[in-house]
Amino acid sequence: MFDFDGIHEIWQTITRNKTRSLLTAFGVFWGIFLLVVLSSTGNGFENGLMQQVEGVTPNTAFFFTGETSEPYKGYQKGRSWSMQMADLEAIKETFPCVKAISPEASVWSSEDKNVIYGSRGGSFSVKGVLPEYNTIEKSKILKGRFINDTDISANRKVCLLGKKVYETMFERGEDPLGKMVKVNGIYFQVVGVIRSYTDNVNINGSIDESVILPYTTMQQVYALGDKIRFFAIVADDETPITDIEEDLKQLIKQRHDIAPTDEDAINSFNVSEIFKAFKGLFFGIHILIWIVGLGTLMSGIIGVSNIMLVTVKERTREIGVRRAIGAKPKDIIGQVLSESLLLTTLAGLVGLCIGVGIMAIVGSITANMPSDNMMFQEPYMSFKAAVAATVIVIISGLLAGVLPALRAIQIKAIDAIREE
Amino acid sequence: MIRLEKINKTYFGAQPLHVLKGIDLQVNEGEMVSIMGASGSGKSTMLNILGILDNYDSGNYYLNGKLVKDLSENEAADVRNRTIGFIFQSFNLIPFKTAMENVALPLYYQNVNRKKRNQIAMEYLERFGLKEWADHYPNELSGGQKQRVSMARALVTQPKVILADEPTGALDSKTSAEVMQILREVHETGITMVIVTHERGIALRTDKIIHLKDGIIENIEINNPDSIDFSKEIK
Repeated sequence: MFDFDGIHEIWQTITRNKTRSLLTAFGVFWGIFLLVVLSSTGNGFENGLMQQVEGVTPNTAFFFTGETSEPYKGYQKGRSWSMQMADLEAIKETFPCVKAISPEASVWSSEDKNVIYGSRGGSFSVKGVLPEYNTIEKSKILKGRFINDTDISANRKVCLLGKKVYETMFERGEDPLGKMVKVNGIYFQVVGVIRSYTDNVNINGSIDESVILPYTTMQQVYALGDKIRFFAIVADDETPITDIEEDLKQLIKQRHDIAPTDEDAINSFNVSEIFKAFKGLFFGIHILIWIVGLGTLMSGIIGVSNIMLVTVKERTREIGVRRAIGAKPKDIIGQVLSESLLLTTLAGLVGLCIGVGIMAIVGSITANMPSDNMMFQEPYMSFKAAVAATVIVIISGLLAGVLPALRAIQIKAIDAIREE
Repeated sequence: MIRLEKINKTYFGAQPLHVLKGIDLQVNEGEMVSIMGASGSGKSTMLNILGILDNYDSGNYYLNGKLVKDLSENEAADVRNRTIGFIFQSFNLIPFKTAMENVALPLYYQNVNRKKRNQIAMEYLERFGLKEWADHYPNELSGGQKQRVSMARALVTQPKVILADEPTGALDSKTSAEVMQILREVHETGITMVIVTHERGIALRTDKIIHLKDGIIENIEINNPDSIDFSKEIK
């Protein structure tokens, strides 16, 4: 039945009835095409977004102080409080799984130009951090080095410049290392230039547009005292950050006479949950895409089945004549099933190829765009999904042919002659 | 070649219709007979039974010495394909196939390969003077040409019996005469032929005229077509 001659016979029937075949095939073509485009687009957004958050270590949590909401140990509620360096030491001792911990303080200037070098100036935020901060918010050191322990212990007046700060303050190619830059009226020596991993994820403002100071220096220069209102931790890979988040809060509450049940005194959020939320979101989007895609495909297949049913009715005479001159029921079933299979498979493959082709073009266009803000990366369907789609098309091609084929063998040769 | 013994056929509709009421008939090998009768006389039903397109309720039908009764679809298809050639009033050519492909189609169901069957089809088309029209589609052919294509298709499997249902019904008198001439020539090669018609002019060109009336054979008229001068006949 599937010899070359048989395929030729079916191919002839399909190609000599072009309009009918095209109309029949279009639904399936469209279904697969949409499935490919949707699925690729979904992947594109997922890749894009995932690349954006690559800059942050997933196993990270941030903590910041708030006002107490419950009276405790003689304190009234509504108390404003802050942490100290000693708290961070205590955390490190209590939780050996904490890989890195760093407070962060930021100062924004109301002045027009708070950072000045020579005749140039600009308005940038100023951040104070510990050396470990570099493992929390990933950044690339373009020149020099990051803040080190000596900077912290000696309260050195050194700074790192964000990439944009460097570009604003210095000539292109000029070596900034060792130069003195005036930040909010005080001179700091430049020890490095850094660039953030991605533009879209940043903590308290982009690193690119910040001047980074040692935390201790920052406390001293800005008269912050030993106060910490915000810090970040990274746990090692074996410990999900969510496991220690609550215990860590309790430790701090205990050290600061805050009620263990107080929900507002210390706030936190962790990146792993955001990651999980993203993953969940995209899982949902993918399911939605497949439901929509398969739904479209299904309506295409029902369309094929429907048109073939009508076609069979219209072809009563042809089928009757074929029966009269010796076609067996299996020949007729074979013919209708093969026509359906060939049509849907071809239409599906064309849809697949055109979809993949278009997404390849879209992909190459987006790849050539400046990638700083690309929320859309590599919009390609996975090979597995493409294979799955093809298999689905082939199976459904057969299924679509079943009903018309059953209808076709009901046609007796005598019907062809009767129908005048 | 064909033997009918007490064939009965009733259509069960809202009103049961006893169409054939015990038909006995013998058609010898190489005979050319016609079946005549008013509409409703059962002549089409009889042809359908002869062509194994329809079954009968009681009696026996022997074709080429074999009893044709309660055949499966597959067996019936096989007998039709190899033993019987059909010629229809409305030609029943497949519109999207060329003349040659239409003629070759019965051979496709005999699993003859394409090159071979197209070659055989061409021979038959040539025999009917249609060689130049082999690549034309049915809608590009005249009625007479279409009927010649359908005759070529009926003969391509070298059947024992040709069954023709009003073969000239859709043709003008001149073309009808041509077609009948060809049928006679075919008959002279020794093929048994049964023609259903309601035109006496057609029936007169056959050896035997079977008159059907209300489901029974009224009489059988023995005829000598060679004694009639058809050139003068006006339909």
